[in-house]
Amino acid sequence: MSLPARYENVTADTFLRGLWKENPVFVMLLGMCPVLAVTNTAINALAMGLATTFVLLCSSALVSLLRKLIPKQVRIATYIVIIATFVTMVDYAIQAISLDLYNALGAFIQLIVVNCVILGRTEAYASKQRLGAALVNGLGMGAGFTLALLCLGTVREILGAGSLFGVPLFSENFQPWVVMILPPGGFFVLGAWLLVFAWYRQRRERRLLEQEGVTTDGR
Amino acid sequence: MSQPAAEQTLPVPPRLPMLRTLGLVAAISGFLVVLTHQLTTPLIEENKRIAIERALFKVVPGAVSRRDFLLTPGGIEPDTGTAPVGGMRIYAGYDEQGKLAGVALEAAAQGYQDVIRVLYGFDPACQCIRGVQVLKMAETPGIGDKIARDPEFLRNFEALDARPDAAGGGLANAIVSVKAGSKTEAWQIDSISGATISSRAVARMLDDSAQQAVPVIMRHLEAFGDAAGGTP
Repeated sequence: MSLPARYENVTADTFLRGLWKENPVFVMLLGMCPVLAVTNTAINALAMGLATTFVLLCSSALVSLLRKLIPKQVRIATYIVIIATFVTMVDYAIQAISLDLYNALGAFIQLIVVNCVILGRTEAYASKQRLGAALVNGLGMGAGFTLALLCLGTVREILGAGSLFGVPLFSENFQPWVVMILPPGGFFVLGAWLLVFAWYRQRRERRLLEQEGVTTDGR
Repeated sequence: MSQPAAEQTLPVPPRLPMLRTLGLVAAISGFLVVLTHQLTTPLIEENKRIAIERALFKVVPGAVSRRDFLLTPGGIEPDTGTAPVGGMRIYAGYDEQGKLAGVALEAAAQGYQDVIRVLYGFDPACQCIRGVQVLKMAETPGIGDKIARDPEFLRNFEALDARPDAAGGGLANAIVSVKAGSKTEAWQIDSISGATISSRAVARMLDDSAQQAVPVIMRHLEAFGDAAGGTP
């Protein structure tokens, strides 16, 4: 009746998928709320990315370990409790590391609970795979998410404040492009990155198609 | 119209596994959260103390140590931290000799986007405000957020007059914001041009807070004692 559980072998692709082919931000367009809200500086983007990666990794591991114990009817409730636990831990940890960072990230730390990247990974992957694969895949997705946040954060900080990780890059004469660190800047920069990625992907697909054409009908 | 046959074929939810799993997950969750809380609480308390002291020592020139007090209707009491008493918290800063260098209070008012919270230092010797430090704000970067950094604006608070009036019910002169560059009196604040709303919010919160607190502080100055906790 039910399909046999198909476990995936851990390969480089298990990790790399999250970075490129299934990048949570640039390809799947998931978790847009923190992507737009806390990428006004590179350091905020990095902190948010690492916090999300930690939650993703830990909840994937726990869900994968408990996958045979979780009845289908209560799986979402179970996932949410697990995710909320790790988010609370991150919340305390960031307060202990730096209050300035905690104030800068504001409510978005707590909102990791409803980040659909994490719930999506636990439901679609970790609940069906062995611990190793779930960990590697979660790490890849987390790295992809962090990378995407950093892509936005660095561009916005350089243009909007003339600095990178708080270090000034330009001379006094640089007039910061303030709109970039305001909410509209987040949309502009995200749009620009999506354009770059879509253009690159399309170019690669066209090239693959051309190569196939050569091999199949000899043109 | 009812379909009893279809209802009967619905699988019965596995009650025991559901309870077992949710119970297990809740137990793991509770354990992890309590563990993290226990481990991080001292660090978080320490961070908060450092943040308060960093701001306090900026707004009270010469201060090197601090004690906390509460402004209550009856006067000024040391904040023992045992019972949450209603009232304003006052941070008293003491210099190297252990003498009172000044006190700092929190003030807040609605800014352009969100409530602005500041810590300001009051110097009883000159009866003036000696410094303002923004604790929390969401003002527009590049415009309203100048209230935290603009040197011209911060010069307003080198000696902002806040004398209590003769009756002791408020300030002799209300703290007000005026148009940029038109400050003539010691109790006026030169606004930042382009950030009038944020500047006005700072003036309003200082006035609100000082009107209440300064007369009481001046009346009960001896309550602050010295750094060791004694009375001079």
